[in-house]
Amino acid sequence: MKVLLVILRKEFIQIFRDPAILRMIFIMPIIQLILIPLAADYEVRNINLSVVDNDHSTYSQRLVQKLAASGYFKLTDYSGSYEEAMGAIEEDQADLIIEIPVSFERDLIREEEPQIAVSANAANGVKASLGGAYAATILRDFNQEIREELISIPRPSPLPILPVKPVNWYNPHLNYKKFMVPGVLAILVTMVGSFLCALNIVREKEVGTIEQLNVTPIRKIHFILGKLIPFWVLAMIILAVGMGVGYAVFRVWPVGSLGVLFVVSAIYLLGVLGIGLLVSTYAETQQQASLMSFFLVMIFVLMGGLYTPIESMPHWAQVVTRFNPPAYYIEAIRMISLKGSSLADLRPQLTAMVAFAIGFNGWAVWNYQKVKG
Amino acid sequence: MKQLISFAIKEFRHISRDWRSLAFLVGLPIAQMLIFGFALSNEVKEAPFAVVDLARDDESRQIIERMRASNYFELAIPLEKVADIEAAFRRDDIKMALVFPPDFGAAIRHGQESPIQLITDASDPNLATSLTNYATAIIQDYQQSLHGQMKLPYSFSIQTRMLYNPQLKSAYNFVPGVMTLILMLISAMMTAVSIVREKETGTMEVLLVSPAQPLTIAIAKMMPYLLISMINLANILLLSYFVLDVPVRGSLALLIAVCILYLITSLSLGLLISSITNSQQVALFVSLIGLMLPTLIFSGFMFPIENMPKPMQWISNIVPASWFFSIVRDLMIKGLGWGGIWRETLVLLAMTLVFLGLSVRRFHIRLS
Repeated sequence: MKVLLVILRKEFIQIFRDPAILRMIFIMPIIQLILIPLAADYEVRNINLSVVDNDHSTYSQRLVQKLAASGYFKLTDYSGSYEEAMGAIEEDQADLIIEIPVSFERDLIREEEPQIAVSANAANGVKASLGGAYAATILRDFNQEIREELISIPRPSPLPILPVKPVNWYNPHLNYKKFMVPGVLAILVTMVGSFLCALNIVREKEVGTIEQLNVTPIRKIHFILGKLIPFWVLAMIILAVGMGVGYAVFRVWPVGSLGVLFVVSAIYLLGVLGIGLLVSTYAETQQQASLMSFFLVMIFVLMGGLYTPIESMPHWAQVVTRFNPPAYYIEAIRMISLKGSSLADLRPQLTAMVAFAIGFNGWAVWNYQKVKG
Repeated sequence: MKQLISFAIKEFRHISRDWRSLAFLVGLPIAQMLIFGFALSNEVKEAPFAVVDLARDDESRQIIERMRASNYFELAIPLEKVADIEAAFRRDDIKMALVFPPDFGAAIRHGQESPIQLITDASDPNLATSLTNYATAIIQDYQQSLHGQMKLPYSFSIQTRMLYNPQLKSAYNFVPGVMTLILMLISAMMTAVSIVREKETGTMEVLLVSPAQPLTIAIAKMMPYLLISMINLANILLLSYFVLDVPVRGSLALLIAVCILYLITSLSLGLLISSITNSQQVALFVSLIGLMLPTLIFSGFMFPIENMPKPMQWISNIVPASWFFSIVRDLMIKGLGWGGIWRETLVLLAMTLVFLGLSVRRFHIRLS
């Protein structure tokens, strides 16, 4: 125990001695935490709309007004022709073209079923499909409005209508920041925990000071714990600071219990540090360690469900995400933050995290050799 | 010139000696293209949903059947009462719940309105919106089938076309994005780390006292990474064309030229990072947090730039990746020519010159 304390002191002194590292550890993640949710606003509003109105009638103008007033679209321009509107799409000035045909109003009244063309720039598929769906909903609403006006005598509808009443729980205003802040926080904590820990150990290998440690009477377990505990503490501090920043900047605060959040994070971080330790046992140089970490971070971020839902992945990829620790943590931290899930609700995630912590640390310790071959 | 060549040879030797890193440098991008090209997607598939069917009549059963038959939804658990929904959401067992009112079928038959409740877990706002849209469409389809041949009066039809990407394949968006990310990170990070490494281990001093110009040393450092990046570029393009079915609709020569320009941008960015940092750890952290996340966020590949608040849009303007991403998408997916990309290319070129100029100056100053 005394040995461990001495080693811990050494590690903390080393970390705090290097102001550059310390700055990196704290300031960079916080900047990221502020910038990313601001930028990552995927609420599909403000879809740039270019209208080609070939009719110029009362109805076509009403339709355009209805689209503009819906809150989903920003009317960027009235184009004279479809070709002109295509030009706007090519230059990324427009996302959606709505073309109203010549004599739209006349054909509608004569019941000749005119056709409105909606063309979406599907180079970005999500925006295109959501934009197209919104446009179709508004157009159908408009059609219903016109219909009710034209059918002068109100009559009981002979056709059954099935109304749908959608309700959004947990995030009724569909605030994207509530979704992003916990996710980004999870990734930042993961990166600090795994990445810095790995580099720190490999650095001792590369500079050669690990040899000095190896000839001292400290035991393997002391050395490893001495390396893990400081980063575990740092990551927990970052989590706390990050939550404060999330509240101060975005007014996002977990709905669920803080105790649950920290217990889950503490367990998860054990696994993350294990990953860092494991990387360090395989890498000889910091360059190698960084390449491995780079690969892992990319997997963590892109396959963790931070941006694209895991449910959307093909089946084999979903199987892969079962071995991706941050996927569980991102899910858990979002469940706690948005839905107030309890420890009992999180049993599957916790089980996985405990398994990861045991698995990665066990593997790393087994692979760590104090004396080289 | 002779000096440059011999320095470059030294650098190549350095790298080829460390085969583990080399394998990573070439293998990683291939693995990443494959993983992300296939795995990343925003399409909704088999989202688990629950039904609280208080009506238990033919109509509600038929709607449930239709939902189950679609690829978008998968019936997770039958729930008995509305109060059970909350717990299922909290365990993350379902993404959506459908509640049929007790008098559902009777109301339909008597021409009354008895709304179906569609409750979504909006912790993921986009998923919630998509699920609402899909479910509504299925219910409307069913309604249409009840109407049979009868048509509502005074209707207009809507024809929706998806330009450039009619099947809405996610790969069309992700391939240019992953390309932007990989080319930038491998070249910038590796150059930075390899130079800082010489600083850290002290061999930089040895190089600097040699008669070679600092500029020569810097260029020689970049050469092997430029070559590796070109190999990566070739692999990425081949994979995206033959394996991921992403077309190159514009000119291939132009695409390659722009990619090489972007590689030089990234290498000079790496050089710049190496000139302002003194330890590999800091260089790495700057590359990862300063380059990787901004490239992900501000390039427009994950999140549309037009949606961001104004100050964020300005930031995205100084991120080289955003210009490159736009060029690649214009060339590969939209099939535009030089006329559509010259502005972006000029900006990228200007940025490259600035980075290069800055880092060469800093590299020089460090000597004195």
